[in-house]
Amino acid sequence: MNYRAIRAIYLFEMARTWRTLLQSIVSPVVSTSLYFVVFGAAIGSRITEVEGVSYGTFIVPGLVMLSVLTQSISNASFGIYFPKFVGTIYEILSAPISYFEIVIGYVGAAATKSIVLGLIILATAGLFVPLHIQHPVWMLTFLVLTAVTFSLFGFIIGIWADGFEKLQMIPMLVVTPLTFLGGSFYSVNMLPSGWRTITLLNPVVYLISGFRWSFYEIADVSVGLSLGMTAGFLIACMVIVAWIFRTGYRLKN
Amino acid sequence: MSPIISVSNLSKTYGSGFKALKGINLDIVKGEIFALLGPNGAGKTTLISIICGIANPSEGRISIGGHDIIADYRAARSMIGLVPQELHTDAFESVWATVSFSRGLFGKPKNPDHIEKVLKDLSLWDKKDSKIIELSGGMKRRVMIAKALSHEPQILFLDEPTAGVDVELRKGMWEVVRTLQAAGVTIILTTHYIEEAEEMADRIGVINKGEIILIEDKATLMQKLGKKQLTLQLQSKLDAVPQALATYNLELSDDGHAVTYDYDTKGDRTGITSLLNDLRNAGVRISDLDTKQSSLEDIFVSLVRAP
Repeated sequence: MNYRAIRAIYLFEMARTWRTLLQSIVSPVVSTSLYFVVFGAAIGSRITEVEGVSYGTFIVPGLVMLSVLTQSISNASFGIYFPKFVGTIYEILSAPISYFEIVIGYVGAAATKSIVLGLIILATAGLFVPLHIQHPVWMLTFLVLTAVTFSLFGFIIGIWADGFEKLQMIPMLVVTPLTFLGGSFYSVNMLPSGWRTITLLNPVVYLISGFRWSFYEIADVSVGLSLGMTAGFLIACMVIVAWIFRTGYRLKN
Repeated sequence: MSPIISVSNLSKTYGSGFKALKGINLDIVKGEIFALLGPNGAGKTTLISIICGIANPSEGRISIGGHDIIADYRAARSMIGLVPQELHTDAFESVWATVSFSRGLFGKPKNPDHIEKVLKDLSLWDKKDSKIIELSGGMKRRVMIAKALSHEPQILFLDEPTAGVDVELRKGMWEVVRTLQAAGVTIILTTHYIEEAEEMADRIGVINKGEIILIEDKATLMQKLGKKQLTLQLQSKLDAVPQALATYNLELSDDGHAVTYDYDTKGDRTGITSLLNDLRNAGVRISDLDTKQSSLEDIFVSLVRAP
């Protein structure tokens, strides 16, 4: 293993976060705070409790997931897209480094950022609503798994994209709707049964449900299923990344 | 001595069906400066990209210091520093950070002394904390060279190193290249500036339409293909070359005041003595003469233009 190369890529990517602190950390925290003010305090006070927890508290895990998902994707996709765009990718490709190591460097840094961000948002949420986490270890497990999985997914998008529009397309048109419809702001059980069935096709439901369970022990689907779906998506991303590197897709002629 | 780079039967066909390289065979000797000349689109950059791992070969094998570039890519790539043609840099990084990053990427332990030396050699030391975006084009080019040298490579690829670099800086860069050669680094450069190849290279390869059409020691090449031309200024105007001198294939200038004679320094007899004798016998008087050796540029142009 070329550990020094992994470290170099990882630190390079983390340094980018500090250079773009406003965009990377401050802006998601501000927008999440706005959700709490609007949904938690203003509207939430008119909504009855959901499955035994106040509405403001209920939406915390969903909001954290919303940020972790979108930030993982945007961090990782931008991280690999940008060297392709400006051409500095030549150096990565010509270095004595395996594809596996490249992925660890980029995806590791993107996942680290979104995990830190998720924890910051969680802490911010604590300022607005009382928080209690029943299963902190599971909470962290879901957080890490989701961050890594979606960073991998973002990495794939970053490699696939050959323009800024494509880079934005999947997050805007696919991931954001899936997240909003995945039970961030409501329990799937609140839906009529037909819609409920359709919603269960949305992979994000399983992530949010499992994550919420680790907080309040309330879940739309069983925890095992949540974990299984997350792991399944992680494996699918790994397979695609392995294929990308084996074929050199969009990286090498 | 076994070559440090050995390319055998290398072909590259792009997805579009375009054959960029056709059966390239090339050995690079350790410690030499090898110049690869060729017109735009001849395949120079494709060849370098494949050797360095940026593009995949379609056919053929390459080994670097005995290591296959695919099976044993770590060992092969560790030996190489690459300076690509385009100025690809991270705009917001500092010079120091980007050069240190390259060293880490190639798996070498930190060595601030070496980075300092590289930056000083390239006259970048006072810019070490500057962001790359603030640098001029020539400085960016040197930053890219510094990145390539950060991990102490044994082989350095310079793809058009002095394109867009002013004359003084170009001379400075040649100096750096010579110092590297003295330190035992093998250097492969591609260039459009033929004077650069003429000035720097030990050996020259010419590539055209994906094929290597010539590889030769520079000196041999210059001599082998080195036609010379003798120009004689005449005291009085000639209307036509006298019949007695027809065998020399003299060319009369438009104004009739000069004749030129092509000869080959390689031949046993240049024919100059007899020409001068015959001129005198024909009553042609000479006021001045000069000879001109064809440059590498002439050689290059004649090779590439050849059908």
